[in-house]
Amino acid sequence: MEDAKKIMHIVRKAPHGTIYAYEGLEMVLIMASYDQDISMAFIGDGIYNLVKDQDTTDIQIKGFMKTLGVLEDYDVEKLYVDAESMEERGIREGDFFVPVEVLTSTEIGKLMTEQDVIVPQ
Amino acid sequence: MLHTINKSPFQSDSFTSCLRFIQPGDPILLIEDGVYAAAPGKYAQTLKEVQAKNPVFALAGDLAARGITNLVDGVQTVDYEGFVELVEQHQVNSWL
Amino acid sequence: MKFGILLKEGPYNHQAADTAYLFAKAAIQRGHQVTSVFLYNDGVYNATKLMDPPQDDRHIANRWSELGGEGVAILACIAASKRRGITDEVLVENSEITGLGQLTDIAIDVDRLVTFGD
Repeated sequence: MEDAKKIMHIVRKAPHGTIYAYEGLEMVLIMASYDQDISMAFIGDGIYNLVKDQDTTDIQIKGFMKTLGVLEDYDVEKLYVDAESMEERGIREGDFFVPVEVLTSTEIGKLMTEQDVIVPQ
Repeated sequence: MLHTINKSPFQSDSFTSCLRFIQPGDPILLIEDGVYAAAPGKYAQTLKEVQAKNPVFALAGDLAARGITNLVDGVQTVDYEGFVELVEQHQVNSWL
Repeated sequence: MKFGILLKEGPYNHQAADTAYLFAKAAIQRGHQVTSVFLYNDGVYNATKLMDPPQDDRHIANRWSELGGEGVAILACIAASKRRGITDEVLVENSEITGLGQLTDIAIDVDRLVTFGD
């Protein structure tokens, strides 16, 4: 992993309303198989992707809770969530269906500057 | 790290979000509808204050296309060559 | 320097395709190598030769095609293309359909990956 590039995917869009988060996750899963240092940061409406009890049956859009759940198996363990975005939306850590690391915007901002590549999703 | 913002601050939270995460010294480049933040109005004061720690640039072609001639103090205009120069100096974080 | 471009929005609907193109041209002008333009999400629509804009407007697919002729790889993501009906038959000259693995290789290879989109 020494030569691995640090690649952070930033998710700021809610699920289902647009395809960005879904196709973003598809990109993350492929990149994860290349032994790079992959992380994801969920900011703003992006944190809605992580919320429990999503059921897309009635809207006939393929959900991706299961896919997000397997990120760990792909060694994508760095899932950062912006605390202020949670606060603004009245969401607590217990509302998420995957384990995440809740950080301040300053902490996430510092992590951003350490990246070789940032991919907005 | 260069932060680019391509949305009007009136339409999207890209502008205000970026300001929460940006580190001191890092430049901001306003492009496309992002250049509306550089026009006088509700966000002018914020943009003035930001410049104490972060230099702010706006893409000249996008300003001209939108008829923005009166810029918030301190905002520097760059052409596409200037955009490339900023990217030479920094990794890029696009606030889409 | 080596530059890669990731374009995530379709042509005409959003300015992203224009900004990405003008940025690529300026980078080349300054002596940089733009190795590739990777089309993702609705960005894959940039590569269809079926588009037929009015004569007095820019032809976005042809612009990418010309850039492709100058050695920039114009790559449409296969998964995103399949969803949207972009196939080899409709691809503009000097572009190709490829996988996300290729984007990963680009991200590893280039000095700067610059993303344009909505």
